[in-house]
Amino acid sequence: MIEMISEMLSTPVLVRALIVGILVSLCAALLGVSLVLKRYSMIGDGLSHVGFGALAVATVMNIAPMAVAIPVVIFAAFILLRLSSDGKIKGDAAIALISTGALAIGVMAVSMSSGMNIDINSYLFGSIISVSSEDVVISVVLAAAVIAMFIFFYTKIFAITFDENFAKATGTNANMYNMLIALLTAVTIVVGMRLMGSMLISSLIIFPALCSMRVFKSFRSVTICSAIISVATFIAGMMISYAADTPCGASIVCVNIAVFAVFFVCGAVIQRNRKA
Amino acid sequence: MALIKTEDLTLSYENMTVIKNMSFEVNSGDYLCIVGENGSGKSTLVKSLLSLKKPVGGSITFGDGLLRKEIGYLPQQTSAQRDFPANVGEVVISGCLNARGIRPFYSSKEKKLAAENMERLGISELKKRSYRELSGGQQQRVLLARALCATHKLLLLDEPVSGLDPIVTSELYELIYDINKSGVTIIMVTHDMTAALKYASHILCLRSEGWFFGTPDEFMKSGASDFLKGGVGND
Repeated sequence: MIEMISEMLSTPVLVRALIVGILVSLCAALLGVSLVLKRYSMIGDGLSHVGFGALAVATVMNIAPMAVAIPVVIFAAFILLRLSSDGKIKGDAAIALISTGALAIGVMAVSMSSGMNIDINSYLFGSIISVSSEDVVISVVLAAAVIAMFIFFYTKIFAITFDENFAKATGTNANMYNMLIALLTAVTIVVGMRLMGSMLISSLIIFPALCSMRVFKSFRSVTICSAIISVATFIAGMMISYAADTPCGASIVCVNIAVFAVFFVCGAVIQRNRKA
Repeated sequence: MALIKTEDLTLSYENMTVIKNMSFEVNSGDYLCIVGENGSGKSTLVKSLLSLKKPVGGSITFGDGLLRKEIGYLPQQTSAQRDFPANVGEVVISGCLNARGIRPFYSSKEKKLAAENMERLGISELKKRSYRELSGGQQQRVLLARALCATHKLLLLDEPVSGLDPIVTSELYELIYDINKSGVTIIMVTHDMTAALKYASHILCLRSEGWFFGTPDEFMKSGASDFLKGGVGND
């Protein structure tokens, strides 16, 4: 076990993937608590599809993928947020519309670039090799931003997540915080997508929050527990992926499923003991 | 000067005018009940008073040094709150946000205010309990305590008793009445005419044909109370 860990840590590609992965998992879990509780879980999923489309188009046109994907996904995040709050098209339909649309554009772009050998599989399901040192820098900055936001605005994030109208009525600029959360979610998804794949990245946002909600009762404990679960499942998934030679994104999601099952059972037991 | 004064207020909901040229005044210490049929613009009026929605015409002015963000609001509960992991203490103290500006954490003064309001509403022993495990009546008390943290001048309650059983309902009404007697102005949206006539100092009745504003006595004498003929307190 220890031998395997030191072996992993001596491989630069794996070290990069671990740094980016741990930071992205942490960000996704923190943002995820708010997104899941506000019923915005599917926004993460929609954005990852948009990210896939943007990456594919950028690669085909030979432009730096991050430079295209980050602004496009941020733009999509703002649109989805607006549509969900007051649009004519309701939130869930809007997300389905945008995500399938972006997916189709990405697939078209890839298919038109004959002669170019794009590994569509790694876009969809992630790969460790695609993590560059540029990604490491972005993820460090991102993680610093998300953690700083959570500490400074913790009370406000709680207020707008629990009751947006009350927060607005008492003078909190809820729209600004929603935008900030959308912006950071968008960047988290683009950075994490390379590692986890666009099909799987939203699991990092949703699983940890749902797991902790089964067992914990206060917002603070749910937030802290989500962060711990997210980082722990990421590391466990990476190790399984390394040992069993399985794709890392899928391995991490499988660990998350197992953790969710455990928390679900714990939650049910606690509930029953309280009633008895 | 009046605490809240509206002049020629016109409000619309999804491009339909629901309230036209309405003028009324709320003075400090008043207990105003807003009644009316569904779709008559009660919720739109509440949102406008809270500055969440802009009026189409006319104006709402605050007097007596009341700031916009100093209104204690008790909203209708949303479906998202039913399984929200938060303990009572966290919810109540979030009412103190408006006084805090950009400071990141709550001060001991704000913690004390939250504790006092929990004491006042008899929910101190629930402080560590999870909000989602409470009964409907307890949840309303928690939200009321939060609203009191945000104000000592004006409470705006949007159908506070919907979904509560009769005993809890009358307890909550008594509690709100006590708060009113301690000097807090109350504006309450309700379907419950019996309670409105019993507690209110003024009644604002919204109907598709127009609006009425006056004391409960004036209301009963006016034609506006005709819609009660379907049954008093029909909810």
